[in-house]
Amino acid sequence: MAVHIPYIDKPNPVTGVTNAKLGIWLFLASEVMLFGALFSALITLRLGVSDWPHGYAVLNVPLATLNTVVLIFSSVTVVMAWAALKMHNLKQFRTYMSLTLLMSFIFLGIKAIEYSTKFHHGISPATSNFYAIYFVITGLHGLHIIGGIIVNAYLLGPGSKMWKSEPERFTGRIECAGLYWHFVDLVWIFLFPILYLL
Amino acid sequence: MASEPMSVEEVKKHTKIYWVIFGCLLLLTAVTVGISYIHLPFTFAVILALVVATTKASLVALYFMHLISEKTAIYLTLALTAVLFAVLIVVPWMVPYETMRSWLVS
Amino acid sequence: MSHHEMPFWKKYIFSTDHKVIGLQYGITATFFLLFGFFLMILMRWQLAYPGIEIPLIGKAISETGALTPELYNALGAMHGTIMIFLGVVPMGVGAFGNYLVPLQVGACDMAFPKLNMMSYWVYFVGGVIMMMSFLMPGGAAASGWTSYPPLSVISNNAQTVWLLAMVFLITSSLLGSVNTIVTAIQLRAKGLNFMRWPIHVWAQVTTAFLLLLAFPPLEGAAVLQLADRVFGSSFFLPSGLVVSGEKLAVAGGGNPLLWQHLFWFLAHPEVYVLILPAVGIVCEIVTTNCRKPLYGYKTMVYSILFLGFMSFVVWAHHMFMTGMGVTLSSFFQATTMIISIPSVIILTTILLTLWGASIRFSVPMLFAMAFLPMFAIGGLTGLPLGLTASDIHLHDTYYVIGHFHYVVAPGSLFALMGGVYYWYPKFSGRQMNQFLGKLHFWVSFVAINCVFMPMFLMGSKGVSRRMYDQTQYSHGAATQSWNVVMSTAAFVLLLAQIPFIWNMFTAWKTGKKVENDNPWEATTLEWAASSPPPHENFPNPVEVYRNPYTYSATTRKVLPQFIPQEG
Repeated sequence: MAVHIPYIDKPNPVTGVTNAKLGIWLFLASEVMLFGALFSALITLRLGVSDWPHGYAVLNVPLATLNTVVLIFSSVTVVMAWAALKMHNLKQFRTYMSLTLLMSFIFLGIKAIEYSTKFHHGISPATSNFYAIYFVITGLHGLHIIGGIIVNAYLLGPGSKMWKSEPERFTGRIECAGLYWHFVDLVWIFLFPILYLL
Repeated sequence: MASEPMSVEEVKKHTKIYWVIFGCLLLLTAVTVGISYIHLPFTFAVILALVVATTKASLVALYFMHLISEKTAIYLTLALTAVLFAVLIVVPWMVPYETMRSWLVS
Repeated sequence: MSHHEMPFWKKYIFSTDHKVIGLQYGITATFFLLFGFFLMILMRWQLAYPGIEIPLIGKAISETGALTPELYNALGAMHGTIMIFLGVVPMGVGAFGNYLVPLQVGACDMAFPKLNMMSYWVYFVGGVIMMMSFLMPGGAAASGWTSYPPLSVISNNAQTVWLLAMVFLITSSLLGSVNTIVTAIQLRAKGLNFMRWPIHVWAQVTTAFLLLLAFPPLEGAAVLQLADRVFGSSFFLPSGLVVSGEKLAVAGGGNPLLWQHLFWFLAHPEVYVLILPAVGIVCEIVTTNCRKPLYGYKTMVYSILFLGFMSFVVWAHHMFMTGMGVTLSSFFQATTMIISIPSVIILTTILLTLWGASIRFSVPMLFAMAFLPMFAIGGLTGLPLGLTASDIHLHDTYYVIGHFHYVVAPGSLFALMGGVYYWYPKFSGRQMNQFLGKLHFWVSFVAINCVFMPMFLMGSKGVSRRMYDQTQYSHGAATQSWNVVMSTAAFVLLLAQIPFIWNMFTAWKTGKKVENDNPWEATTLEWAASSPPPHENFPNPVEVYRNPYTYSATTRKVLPQFIPQEG
C-alpha cells in the first residue's frame, strides 16, 4: 500500500516509543485482565468450598519446577536474542531464538506428560473444580505458549529476511515478541505457586 | 528501549545483568518450592508464595521487559491495569460465602 | 503495486484502508441492527397479541404460527446480543471510530492497517457464527444476552455457539482498541497536543481503553462456561442442582454468581462503550451547528475520563438482588451514584453550548438535539435502579427495559444516525436527501417515545421483563392494552427507517454533490481532507494551529484547526 506510517522503526519523539512497542504493551494489559479474571475465579471457587485439595498433594511438583526453570531460561534466551541483534550479530540471534523455541517445546512436552498422566488416572475437568480450574488456566497458558511459538518460529525463519532490508524494524519486532514471551513467563511465575504449591 | 541507540558496550553490560537476574530467579524458585514442603498455615503460605512470586515477576518485568527504563505512556497504562487487576482480586474476598453455604458445599 | 492498480477484491474487500474498513463495519452493522430490530418486531407481536399467529410469516417460524415461549426466549437473547455486539458497538466504534479517528488526528491511516483489516473480518466471522446459532438443533441461545448459569450451562441449545461467537467478537474488539489508542496517541499531526483533540477522539480513546481492559474478563468467563458445557466442569454449577426432577451428575461446588460478577465486570463498561462514541458524535454535530465553541472543553474531557474509570467499579448494581451482603451493595450503590455526576456534567456541557448559539437545524442537528433529553430520561431513570431500596421493586421489570432502551435507542442510535447524516458528505462527496432525513427523524422520534415511555409505568406496576405472556398475572393483564400501543409504535418505527436506508444507499450515487471539502464549515481535521479523502488522506501534511471548535463569539466566523491565522 502507498501509505507511509511513521514511527514504525524510529520512536515517536513525544512519547518515546514506537507504534509496535505501545501496541504490544496495551495488548499485554488486556492479557493481565484475562488471566486476572481467571485468578479471580480461582479465588472465588476456593473460598466457596471447604474441601479444596492442596496442589502439592495431587499435582507433580518436581515436573512443574523443571518447567518453571525451562520457561525462565527461555525468557533469558529471548532477551539475549534481542541483545544479539542490538550488537548486529545475526548468527547469535539465531542461536538464542532457536534455544527459546527448544525450551518452548520442552515446556509443552512436560505439560503433555502431566496432562496425559492425569487423563490416564481418569482425572478431567469434570472431576472437581480444582482440576477444572487447573486444566483451564494451564490450558489457556499453553495456548499462549503455542501462539508464541508460532510468532517466534516465523521471526526466526521467513520473518528474519527483514534484517537485511529494515534492521531497526526487525529488532523492534524481536523486542515486541520478547515482551509477549516474558509475559507468558510472568503468568507462569504466578500460576506455579498458586496451583502447585498451596 | 531508550530513544538514543545503545552502543555495543552498553548492550554487553545489559546482557551481564540478564544472567545475574536469571540466577536470582533460579534461587527464588528454589526458595518457593522449598517453603512449600514446610506446609505452613494456609494464610501464611499464600502471603509468602505471593511475595516471592511478585518479586520474581518484578525482576522479569523490570529487567527482561526493560520496564526500569520505559516511558511514561507505558507506565500509565500499566498503572491503570494494576488498579483494575487489584479490583478483580479483592472482590472475591468480600463475597459473603457463608450465606451461600447451603448450595456451595460439594 | 500502487493503490490504483489493485484488483477489486484487494481494494474493497480485503482492504487495509481505514476508510474502507469503516464503511464495511457500517454496512455490516446496519444489516445486524435491522435484523435485531426484526427479531424484536416478532416479539412485540407476541406481546401485543399473545398466542396469535404472526401474519404472513408465522407458519415459517413455528408450527402454530405463533411464537412459542422457547422461541420467545431465544429471540430475546439474540435481540440483545445482536443489537449490542453486532450492531451498536461495531457501528459506533468500528465504523465511526475507524473512519474518523485517523482523519481527526491528521494521520494517513490507522497505526496497524493489516490488524485493522483482521479486526473487521474476525467481527464478520463472529457475526456469521452468532447467526448460525439460529440453525442449530435445539434453537438459538435462549438464556438472555446475559447468559446466566445454571440455565445457560444446562440448556440443550446453541449456547455453545453463542460463546464461541463471543470469543471472536471480543478478539475483534481487542485488536481494534489497540489500533485506536496507538493511532490517536502516536500519529498526531504537528501541533495536535492532547487538549486539542476533538471530543470524539477523547471519547473513542476512552472507549478503546474500556474495551481493552473490560472485555478480557468476559472472555475468561466465556472459556469457563464453555468448559462447563463441553468438558463437564462445574465452575458455575452449585452442588445438589436438580433439573427436571433429577440430580445433575456433576462435581458441583461451583458458583453461579461467579459468572454474574465476571459478566457484569465487562457488561457495565460495555454500556459506556455504547454511549461514549455517541457523546463524541453529538459534540461534533452540536458545535458545528451552533457556530460556537464547546462550553467547558476541559470539563468535558475530565468528565469522560472520570466516567471511563468509574465504569469499572459499579458493575454489581446489576446484581443487587443476589444477596451479596450490605458491604458490597453499599459500595456499589455509592459508586453508582457517583458515576451519575460526570454523566450530568457531560449533558450540561453540551446543553450550555446551545445557549446563545446561532443554531442551524440541519438533519444531524435534529438528531443531536433529540439525544440530549432522551439520554437525560435514560440517565435519570437509572437512579431508582442504582439505589438498592427502590431497585427491590424495579429490578427485572419493564422499568429496566425502558431505562436502558432510552439510553441506547433514542440515545446512542439517534446520535449514530445523526452522525451518518453529518459525515455522509465526507465519505461520499454528496449530501443525503434533507426531506427524507426530516421525515425519518420526526416519525422515529415520536414512535420511539411511544414504544419505550409506557415501560416505566408498566415496570413500576410490577410487570416482569422477559415474559412471554404477561396476562397470566392480574397486574400484567391490567396493562396488556398498553402493549398494543407499544407494538404498533414499534412497527411505525420500523417503517420510519425505510426512508433512512433508502436515503443512505441511493444518495451515494444521486445525492447532491458538495461544493467544497468542508460543506458544514466545521473546524476539525477531517474537514481538511477532500470529500471523500484520497487513499492517503492528506497528500500535503496537515498542521494544527488551535483548539477545536474555534468560532468567533461575535461574528460566528469559523476558524478551522488546520488553517493558519490570517496576518
